[in-house]
This record gives sequence, C-alpha cells and structure tokens, in this order.
Amino acid sequence: MTADTQSASPFEANGLTVALGGRPVLWNVDVRLPARGMSAVVGPNGAGKSTLFKAALGLAPVLTGQVRLLGEPVARVRRRIAYMPQRSSVDWDFPVSARDVAAMGLYGRVGWFRRLTKRHLEAADAALERVGLADFRNRQIGRLSGGQQQRVFLARALAQEAELLLLDEPFSGIDTASEAAILDVLAGLEGEGRHIVCIHHDLRTVAAYFDHVTVLNAVAIASGPPAEALGEETLRRAYDASGLRPRALAA
Amino acid sequence: MSLFWQVDFPALLAAGLASGLCALLGNFLVLRRESLLGDAIAHAVLPGIVGGFMLAGALAASAMLAGALAAALIAAGAIQVVRRLGRIEPGAAMGAVFTVMFAAGVFMLEQAAARNLHIDTDCVLYGQLEDILWLDAPDIWALPREVWTLAGVFAAAAAAVLLVAKEIRLAVFDPAFAAALGFRPGLIHLGLVLFVAAAAIASFEAVGSILVIAMLICPPAAARLMTDNYRTQILLSISLGIGSAFAGYGLAGFAPALLGASWSLNAAGCIAVVSGLAVAAAALFGPRRLSFASAAASLGRG
Repeated sequence: MTADTQSASPFEANGLTVALGGRPVLWNVDVRLPARGMSAVVGPNGAGKSTLFKAALGLAPVLTGQVRLLGEPVARVRRRIAYMPQRSSVDWDFPVSARDVAAMGLYGRVGWFRRLTKRHLEAADAALERVGLADFRNRQIGRLSGGQQQRVFLARALAQEAELLLLDEPFSGIDTASEAAILDVLAGLEGEGRHIVCIHHDLRTVAAYFDHVTVLNAVAIASGPPAEALGEETLRRAYDASGLRPRALAA
Repeated sequence: MSLFWQVDFPALLAAGLASGLCALLGNFLVLRRESLLGDAIAHAVLPGIVGGFMLAGALAASAMLAGALAAALIAAGAIQVVRRLGRIEPGAAMGAVFTVMFAAGVFMLEQAAARNLHIDTDCVLYGQLEDILWLDAPDIWALPREVWTLAGVFAAAAAAVLLVAKEIRLAVFDPAFAAALGFRPGLIHLGLVLFVAAAAIASFEAVGSILVIAMLICPPAAARLMTDNYRTQILLSISLGIGSAFAGYGLAGFAPALLGASWSLNAAGCIAVVSGLAVAAAALFGPRRLSFASAAASLGRG
C-alpha cells in the first residue's frame, strides 16, 4: 500500500456545521475516518449522527464546512457509496417484496427510465442469499421480522457493490441471529477492502464490533480506537450533557 | 342514434375516465400516507380555476388549467412553509392551507357571479355529468370536450407513470435512499402534485370535486386492503374506480325508477358512495382486512 492510499480517508468532514429548522445540529465537526477497519459513530439521541450521514450525502443542508467521501465531493462518487437509512425511516407495510427492495440497490446503476432486467434480479437474489434471506425473497417486507427487514436493507446496500457503506443503526432492535448474520457480512465486506461506517447505539458492543469510533454530540468529542476514544471523561461529556447517562457506564 | 349513445355513453365515458385517472394517481398519495394531499389539491385549485376564468373569460380552458396548476404549486409550497414554520403535523398544515384557499375560491366565485360571469358553485362541487352530451354520435370527433380533456390527461398520466415507474416506486418507498442514489424524489413528488392538479381540473367540470376527492382515495385504499403486490394494487384500483363509476351511474339512473320514486339521484354522488362501499367491503372481507386488535392498535398509534 502506498503512502498516498494510506492517507486517503473514505470519510472526511472539515468544519461541518448543519442546522435543521433553525437549530444547529452539527457544530464545526471535524472527522477523519481511517482507510482500514470498521468505524462507528456513537452519541446520545439527537446528537446529529444521522444528520452527519445525510449532510455527507447531500441530503441535509450544509451551512459551512465540507465532506469528502472516498477523497472526492459526494456528487462525483454517488455510485460508489451505499447508504442504508434507519429501518424506521420507511413504511414496512409498503406492497413490495424483499427482492423488490434488494433490487432497488441496482437502480443507480440502471439509471433513469430504464427497466430492470433478469440479470439485475439475479444480482438482487444473490444479495439476499448473502444475508441469508434467499427463501424469503418473494415475501412482502411487512411480513418479515425486524432483523430480517434490517437484512433486506443490508442486501440492498450489498447489491450496490459500493466501496463505502454508510449504515444508520444496522444493529438496532434486531434479534441476536440477525445481529450475528449482519456482523458476518460486514466482516466479509471489510475483508474485501470496502469501507464501512456504522451509526451505533450500543456502547457495550462498540469495542467488540469496531476498530474505530467517533463520539459525537453536536460536536465531535473524540475519535480513535475504542479503547482510547471511549474514556470516562469523553463519555461524560457526550452523554451527561444530554442527561442520558448510559447504563454501560454505571456498571 | 339512441338516447343511450347521446346521453348515457358520454357521461359514462367521462365518469369512467375521471375515476380511473384519479384512482391511478391516488395510489401514490395513499402509499405516501398523504391521502389528504389529494383533498387539499382538489380544493386548493378552486381559486386558480376561478381566477383563470375571470381573467380569460371566453378563452377559459387553458387559462383555468394554468390557474389551477399555479394554485396547486402555491398550495404545495404553502403546506411545506406552514409545516416548517409552524412545526405542526402535515395533516394540520394541509388542512389550514386548503380550507383557506378553498374559501378564497368561493369568495372569488361570488365576485365572478356578481359580474355576471357564468361559473357556478354546484358545478364545481357536483359536476354536470348529465350535461355531457354526444349529440352527433357516432361521430367520434363530436365527443364532448370534457371527454377529450380527460382522455388526454389520463394518457399523459399513464405514460408518465410507465416511463418513471421504478423511480416513482423508489421515491415513494424510501425518499432518502432515492436521493442518496441521485434520483430526485422532490421532483417526482412535484410531478405528482401537478398531475393531481391537472386531474382535478380535467375532472371537476364533468364530475365535480367531491368525486375527485373520493376517487383519489377510495379505490387505492380499497385495493391496498386487497393485495400486497404493488402493480396489482395500481391495476386493481383503476378497475375499482372505473367499476364504481359505472355502478354508481347505473344506480343513479335506475334506482329511483325501480323504486317508483319521482326524485332523482346525483350520479357523481352515487359513484362516490359506491367507491366508499368498496373500501368498506375490502376492509371487512379483503385478504388484508384488519383484525379488530390491529385496528385498535393503529388507532392507538394515531
């Protein structure tokens, strides 16, 4: 690996400030995630974690600062990025099957106006297979468990064959089997050299699942390997200010 | 030619086209959980229609259409503004905007009437299905203007839906993901608003705004309760819309006679009632019918 590729960060924010509805959500955030390993973004509710992703993808208005993904402005690398919104952000009663949703990951490649071909549906099926849902591909998404729904979302991200995956709470509210399945897939992707950034809610599992963690609460409080970044002082600043002392610390 | 071809056929054609068109577009409103937006647009176009009519007079058709589209855009924009600035739920924002705009439209209607311009409230609300005549049947070019307008908007809406079928489905299901891929969910939503406005103006002359609102919501809602397949839902809702139009028109025409009554029934009203009964039937007997437990739960969620 050359010095050049080592220095290229897949996710880099400089002086990022974002306001929603007149309220500042992110304030002068500097984040630089490493090229290797799985990264997590943690912080209390309302800390601006999802907004960080949305601002990076151009989905939230940026007041000042900039974000570079894969070393480029997002407009130039959209196809190379897979975004998985929070599971709660969509209506799971929607009349589509698991395969329909997985196939949506291919829409960017297919482009405007053109239709999906058999080849695309096969790619969607392959993605479902990889998350262990091959047998559920024709099932309406509302008839899947929460963990299965999360895996359908992951399959959609897989179908994009992206270099950078931005996953918003992939482990939230799911069963342990799904958690293990998702972790396994993510480890495989990381092994293929893809960059993975997850918004994560469970401080107890950060060190076990991730190589790098950024603690966020409107400002970037700390960033580094979990053992270093998750110090008592950092967590007190991130969580106590919001009145939500995590149970993990009380233990 | 018989009376059927001169009177009933053009009315059935207009009602069927209007119902099918509104049902098609209503699917995307129902799936976005924004059914009320159809109601809002159908009401909010009134000041645009009247304004266009007052300005252009005899050249009414295109001016009323332009006025209605402008009013729909203003309404959609105002709903967003009220929602953001007022920080209130979308339903309240829509309700606030469309009632104010509809009231402004009624006020303008009165002004227009005072100036002896012929446009009346009954026509806007109930339509004039009985006045759609095909006197020169079977000369196809002599079909009434309302039928041609509806056919044109229906064809344009169907073509647009087919052209961007996958983009619409993605934008309606997961707008954030659609935007991340570089598709423009906002643009697709705007197109939907404009088509609903065009459908409302094309339909209102023939069938009135009550039927527009019923057809934007009832057939898609009934179809939603009958299938879990996206394409089936859309095709089924169009069939239900057209079927309601025929059944309602027949009911209005024959029920009083069968009962030996001297009163008559408003056809547009009957059609709307039939579509409502279809929703009730689908809710009670459809494959996705609600159990009382889940209905209570969803009521509890609000």
